[in-house]
Formats: sequence, C-alpha cells, structure tokens
Amino acid sequence: MNLKISALDYVQEVKTGNISAEDFVANTIERIQNVDDKLHAFLSVNEDAINQARAIDKKIKSGEKVGDCFGMPISIKDNMCIKDSKTTCASKMLENFIAPYDATVIAKLKRQDAIFVGKVNMDEFAMGLTTEFSAYGPSKNPWNVEYVSGGSSGGSAVSVSALECVASLGSDTGGSVRNPASFCSAVGYKPTYGLISRYGLISYANSIEQIGPLTRTVKDTAFMLNLITGIDPNDDTTIDNKNEDYLSGIESGIEGKKIGIIKEMIGEGIDPAVLSATKDAIAKLEGLGATCEEISLDMVKYSVAAYYTITATEAGSNLARYDNLRYGYDFPLDGYEFNSYISKARRKFGPEVIRRMIIGGFVPSAGHSGKYFLKALKVKSKLTKEVNGAFKKFDFLISPTVPILPFKLGEKIDDPVSLFLVDINTVTANLTGKPAISIPFANSNGLPIGIQLMADSMHDKLLLQAAYALEQTVRLPEVPI
Amino acid sequence: MTMIGLEIHCQLTNLNSKLFCSCKANYREFKINENICPVCMGLPGSLPRLNQEAVKKATMIAMALNCTIPEKIAFFRKNYFYPDSPKNFQITQLNIYGDTSVGGTGSVMIGDKKIRITRIQLEEDPGRLIYDGSSSKNQITLVDYNRAGTPLVEIVTEPDFETPHEVRDFLNILSNILTNLGVADPSLEGAMRADANISIEGGKKVEIKNIGSFHDLEKAVHFEIIRQDSLHSRNIEIIQETRHWDDRRKITVSSRSKEEDLDYRYFLEGDIPWVKIDPEIQKKLKTEMPESISSKKARYISKYNIPAQVADVLSSDKYYSDLFEDAYTESNAKEVANIITTELMGLVDTREKREVSKFTSVHLRDLADAIQSGKVSRNSSKNALHEILKSGKDLSTVISELDLGNVSDESELSRIIAQIISEEPQAVEQSKSNSQTINYLVGKVMQKTKGKADPVLTLDILKKQIGI
Repeated sequence: MNLKISALDYVQEVKTGNISAEDFVANTIERIQNVDDKLHAFLSVNEDAINQARAIDKKIKSGEKVGDCFGMPISIKDNMCIKDSKTTCASKMLENFIAPYDATVIAKLKRQDAIFVGKVNMDEFAMGLTTEFSAYGPSKNPWNVEYVSGGSSGGSAVSVSALECVASLGSDTGGSVRNPASFCSAVGYKPTYGLISRYGLISYANSIEQIGPLTRTVKDTAFMLNLITGIDPNDDTTIDNKNEDYLSGIESGIEGKKIGIIKEMIGEGIDPAVLSATKDAIAKLEGLGATCEEISLDMVKYSVAAYYTITATEAGSNLARYDNLRYGYDFPLDGYEFNSYISKARRKFGPEVIRRMIIGGFVPSAGHSGKYFLKALKVKSKLTKEVNGAFKKFDFLISPTVPILPFKLGEKIDDPVSLFLVDINTVTANLTGKPAISIPFANSNGLPIGIQLMADSMHDKLLLQAAYALEQTVRLPEVPI
Repeated sequence: MTMIGLEIHCQLTNLNSKLFCSCKANYREFKINENICPVCMGLPGSLPRLNQEAVKKATMIAMALNCTIPEKIAFFRKNYFYPDSPKNFQITQLNIYGDTSVGGTGSVMIGDKKIRITRIQLEEDPGRLIYDGSSSKNQITLVDYNRAGTPLVEIVTEPDFETPHEVRDFLNILSNILTNLGVADPSLEGAMRADANISIEGGKKVEIKNIGSFHDLEKAVHFEIIRQDSLHSRNIEIIQETRHWDDRRKITVSSRSKEEDLDYRYFLEGDIPWVKIDPEIQKKLKTEMPESISSKKARYISKYNIPAQVADVLSSDKYYSDLFEDAYTESNAKEVANIITTELMGLVDTREKREVSKFTSVHLRDLADAIQSGKVSRNSSKNALHEILKSGKDLSTVISELDLGNVSDESELSRIIAQIISEEPQAVEQSKSNSQTINYLVGKVMQKTKGKADPVLTLDILKKQIGI
C-alpha cells in the first residue's frame, strides 16, 4: 500500500472505498514498527488504533455520518493532552503523567474521526531544536539518520516525512514546528497567535507559542487548519476567524503580490546552499508574478536574545508547577522542609530545562529585570512595530527557515549558544504573533532545505496561497528510508 | 503617632464559579478535594479563563470605594512556591507598570475622617493547608484545593488609621458596603481575611499576617499596639518584621521567615488578555449597581421624614433595608422604620438568628399598619413579633391566638373605666386640677386590660366620664 499519500488524497481514497481506514492504519502501524527503531519518532504508539479504524470503516459502510478525517492516522507531539493516555513532554518529570482530559485540538480532531497513531518525540518541554534534549533519546533525520531531525517538534516532522503518519501536530514557540519541518522536508505551519487553542498544550512560553500542523503538502495544512482553528471558550487568547475556509481559493496564485526579503536573515553565517536555494525561491516567486525587494529589520539582530529572555522567564513560571505534589512519580517526602523538597523533587528535569529555569529565575528578578526581561519586552515591542511597518509595504516576508543545513547528532549539543543561533530566522514570527510557514524547497547532498514565508496577523489564508504557489514550483526526491 | 494600614482579602462569595474555571466559588459545601478541575489544579496544559462576572463585581467594589477605574485591566503572575498554590504562582494584579488593577486610589469616610484606599485588586485564593498528626514529630500537612481559585478582592489602604476603634468602624462600613452590593457575605467563615501594618511613634513597621476574621483584626491591632508600646516604654527597639496572628492564643508571633526577601518575579499573565473597562462599560456597570448606603440614608430622611440616626442604622444593614424597602407604604414608613430599629434589631442580630427567623416584610407591613390603626398596641406588638419570628404565622392569626387585639369596643372599655374611676376617687379628684394625673389613670386601665386597651380611646372615655 502506498503510504506516501496526502491527507486530502487519503480522505478521497477512503471516501470512495478504494482503501479502508483499517488497512491504511494497519499498514501505518506496521511501517512504524519497521522504521521507528532507526528513527525514534514515537514515544508511545496507540495500541487501539487499528480497532478505532475498523470502527470508522463500519460507520462508513453503514452510511453513518463520518468526520472529515475518515480515520486518518495523525501523530501528536507529546506535549498535548489526550485523555487517558500518557503525556510526557519527553521529560522524566512527567514520565507517568496520564492526562485526565483532551486538549481542544484533540477533541476537535476526535470529532472529525482522526486516529492518533501515537505520541511523538520532542525536546524536553519543547526546549531545544534537535530533540537531543528529549529524556528518551533523539529522533533521527529520515534523510540521513546521522543527522538531527530539528526540533523541538522533531518527532512530528520525522513521522510525517518517514510515512509513519499522514499528518502531525507540533507546537512552535520559536520555530519548533518550522525548524524540523525544514530539516525533514515537511510543510510546517505556525499560525497567527490565537488562531488555534492552546488548551491542553503543555505551556513552555505561553505568550508566544502556538500549535501548528506538519503535513506533506500546503493543501493538507489548510485542511488541518479548517479542523482545528477558531475561538475556544477554554482559551481566552483565541481569536475569532469566522470559520475561515483555508482550502478555498488556495490556488489563487501570487500575481502582483509584494514580497520583502529580510536582509538580516540571509546574512552572516548562512550556508551557501541555503542562500542559493533562497535566491532560487525568490526567482520562482518573481516568475509567478510577485515582486521581491530587500528589507532591513534592524531589531532581528536582538530577536534571539529577547526570545531566550522571554521564554526563560515564562518557562521558569510555567514549569514551577512540577513539584511532584499532585501528580508525578514516587518520591519519599519524609524529612524535607518544603523548599528543599522542591529542589529534590525537581531533579528529574533534564539539563536544558534546568538551564532555562535558572535563567528564568534570574532575568526577571528584582534588580535584574530592567537589564534583561524588561529590555527583552522592549525589543519584542520594537520588533513588532518594525514588522507591522514592513507589512504596510509587503504582503509577505521571505527567508530561509533555518540559515544552515541539518547538522550531525551530537555536533552542537554541547554548544547551547551556537544552537540558539539556529533560531534566528524563526523567532520573529513568534515574538510578533505573525503566521509563518516552512515549505520544503530544495535538497543539498541529500539534506532538505525549507523556505519560510511570513504574513501579517490573520492573513493566514493569503499566506497559504503564497506557500501553495511556491510549492508548485518544487520537485523533490523521495525520502530514502 | 500610631499608623495602621490594612490589606483586606474579601472572597466574592456570591459568585457562581471560581475566578478561572467553572468550579464553585462556594467551596464550603464540598468534601475535601471534590471542588476541583484541571484548571484550578493547574494540571499540565490547562489554561485560566477569566470569570467576567468577577471582574464586574470587583469593579463595583472599586466604584463603591470611590476608586479610580482604569480603562484596561491586566493580570500578573506572582511567582512563589507554596504547597497550597497548585501552579506555584498566583494570578493577581499589579500597579507598578501603570494602574491596571480593578481599582486605583480611592477613599472611605469614617465620620469626618478620610481613609485613603491605595488600590483594589482581583486575584485567586490559594488552597488550604490542613495540619494533622499528634506531635510535631509525626505531623503531616494535607492540602485541600477546594478553595484554590476562589475569586478574591484585595483592598489595600494607606496607613491612615490611628486606633483599633477606627479599624473596627472601617470594617463595619466595608462589610455593609460589600453586603449592600450583593457581592459577598462577610459573615461566612474565612470569607474575610486581613493583614495589617502597624507602627508606633519612633518604631519600625511591623506586618501582621494571617488574620482570619474582621473580629480578630481589631484584636490583633489592639494587641500589637500594646506590644509595641510596652517595648517602647522599656527602650527596646521595635524591629521591622513580619508577625503572624495566632488565633488560638490571640497574640501576634514573630514569623522568623524571610518573606520580605522573596522576589516574586512579577510579569504579565499572557493567558489572560487585557480587559477593557472603558467609560461606556463603567456607565453601564453603575446602572447595574444597587443603590448606595448613603443614597438610601438620604432618601429615608428626606422622603419619609425618618430621623437621621434611625435612617443611618436602617440603610447600613442590607437585611434591614431590604425589609424596609419591601414593607413600607407612603403612610407607614416611619412606623416600619421604628419597628425595625427598636424591636427587630435586638431579635435578629446574628446570621444564625436571621436564618431561622420566619419573619417577612409582609409581617412587618401588617404590624406597622395594625399599630397605626390602633388594632394592636405598641406593647402587644412586641409579643406578636416574638411569636411571628418563631412560627411565621400571619399577624391576624397571632393576634387572635394570643388574644393580643386591642380592647377597642367602647362599651367594654367604658365599663372597665367606670370601675377604675370608682376604685381611684383620689386620683380622679387630682386629675381635675393636675393634667398629668390622667396618665396614671390610663396606666391603671392598661394594667387591667393587660395593655390591650386602645390608648387614644381610653383617654377619650376617661376625660368624658370624669368630665374634663
């Protein structure tokens, strides 16, 4: 059975009876069993997936109303709650945490008869960009298993790219969907802040992060957005998108559109292959009738510093609840005063989480916040002003998703600062709340390169149209696994 | 000069749900840890969703205390570790980056003295710790999260109080305002808690935390002033510190903790968007607010000619003013006010008594009308009131069952008066020259009729029979 099939094609095939959900899901599970030893995308696999698929086939046969997913196998980053199943955040701290409720996106997908084939790997609490900070070991890049998958939603990108599912949900705090999508040659989407409910997404830096789909095609991303966006009474930060249909008009093209090329994102340190792919993408977009022009966003050079300051502050607060009092693991409490108990209970956090929590305790503290946290907020607000200004002139902003090619496992893990710089092109969308997408565009010596397009807030639909146009210009090799 | 400032925590007990989830704000009726959900337990992935009704009610409090109202309010995280705090941060409000709490500066008058309000903020109550175990060696601490997330309004005053008495007056006024607004029931256990800052002339500021009721707050302030005075008189330095109120021993105890050194790392709560309270919304809120105590008082005086002191008492307590509002008519308003302030107040002065009382505004109206029409004497009305409180029976039933009706049958009364006149020849004689003596004779008639004689009619017949 051909597992390399888009979500839209899957739905069509099952609808018309060419394939059954059960067969497809069973083949997907088999695929996971065959390749995941090498790739380690999954932290847990849904034992009941085939039964669930069979139930959906039954519904189809009996003529009952079936949800839009028709049993489509989807993988879920392990920081989103699925009722009665393990949600670990790839941390030892939540090793045995069974979520007692569904995240809003999960509830929505369940209503559309999606099947969750499993929970996928990530950097612990989404802090990292390679999955090497997963407490359960890294995921491997299916294009070359010696290379990192990108992260933090590495498991999502690997599972989509290696045909272990049709689509995946990841979360993007500073590029965590787009970065692994770029490294593994998948489409990765970070929506306008508030477009998708975060209820049930375990917070890392709640003021800037969003859940986003990872798919094989831009149309699949639009399809997923149709299912999971919209106002949620459980998340006060969600915005009303008036039930936007992201698929309709997606082929409208980009003729006459203006695209800004962000100078700071193709500058120093960029890999020549990435630069040339970017230039190629610009040429193709111009060929489709868009006009491209360079723009300088001065604040981008401070964006990563601001990003790490803000995320550390929020992480320090968001992760404070993991004190092992209400849920967690067996731990003797005898003889500890509360503060010493906390410090002992929290020893299960991994090194990157600890690093960021220590920073998060320092940068917003009295006497230091003026120099760090408040300054970071100033950068955020100036950057937003700058980007808003750019969108007065341009419809889209373009850059490579990541300025470098995927690197080898272990290559940068001991150098957190050089890892941080991998975020330079992605954090701007998070700090400003803008939608951004990574589109698989090129391949350099077997390693994928993604191109990023960004649009103004609530222009998600337009952004998908542009991404679709660019996608149509691309022919990429088959994944070698 | 003694300076006392207060931080009062008041639960919005009359709301249906907690501040950020749909669990009940009234947690008192639940078994331990049964009024909880993923949100108020701070489970991974859960998000707060702001109870807009709580914002409304808190803003009403701010308006009633004459506070400035910002056009937009925001919430902040106060980060600290404590087992009763499920997220290990509290969602609260802060004014250091501009006024963004529900209320800015305001004021309350105690008589002629102005007490300045520093700010009013809306925040979540933590859970409750329960200590168990027979000795300190095997003591365990249990946590009940039923209370976690209950809407709490913090009212902070400037150090404008000078005596415990002023503190008590303020608390009474505040209780009345909160009750009148219908936002809280200050008499519920734990619904009102307070911290106090106290310094005497030449001493440092001492903060008293953990005072569990208004009643104890006055006591704690009183105790602390005496403690500080005593140190001062012995030339012992009063150090700046935090003390806790020991509500069993009724004393303040040094907490020896370095709470003042805690750095709360306040920052904006990103999960709750700013809430707009622009002039338009403020105007609408004002129309939804119940009539203020001072406006009620003014109306009682000017419209019904009720004496200022009576009007004051009547308007301050919502229970009584509600009774009054429901019972009065154009003609009986003064009588209704009179019954409430002279009779009823002594009988239903506690929450418990009010709860078991069967007395309604209909009873009150009937009683006032009966007194005014002479159907029942003022004296007998007291007996009727007692009976009604107990049984809830209507007034006419009570009058006939207890035989409380006035003797207003003229021939019956004439017969009794004739008898008195024959028994009291001396007094009758005197009454012809001394008009006061007639009252003595009226008293005699009352005695004979057990207070049921219609006093006006009695006087009439007496005068007629004696010939004056």
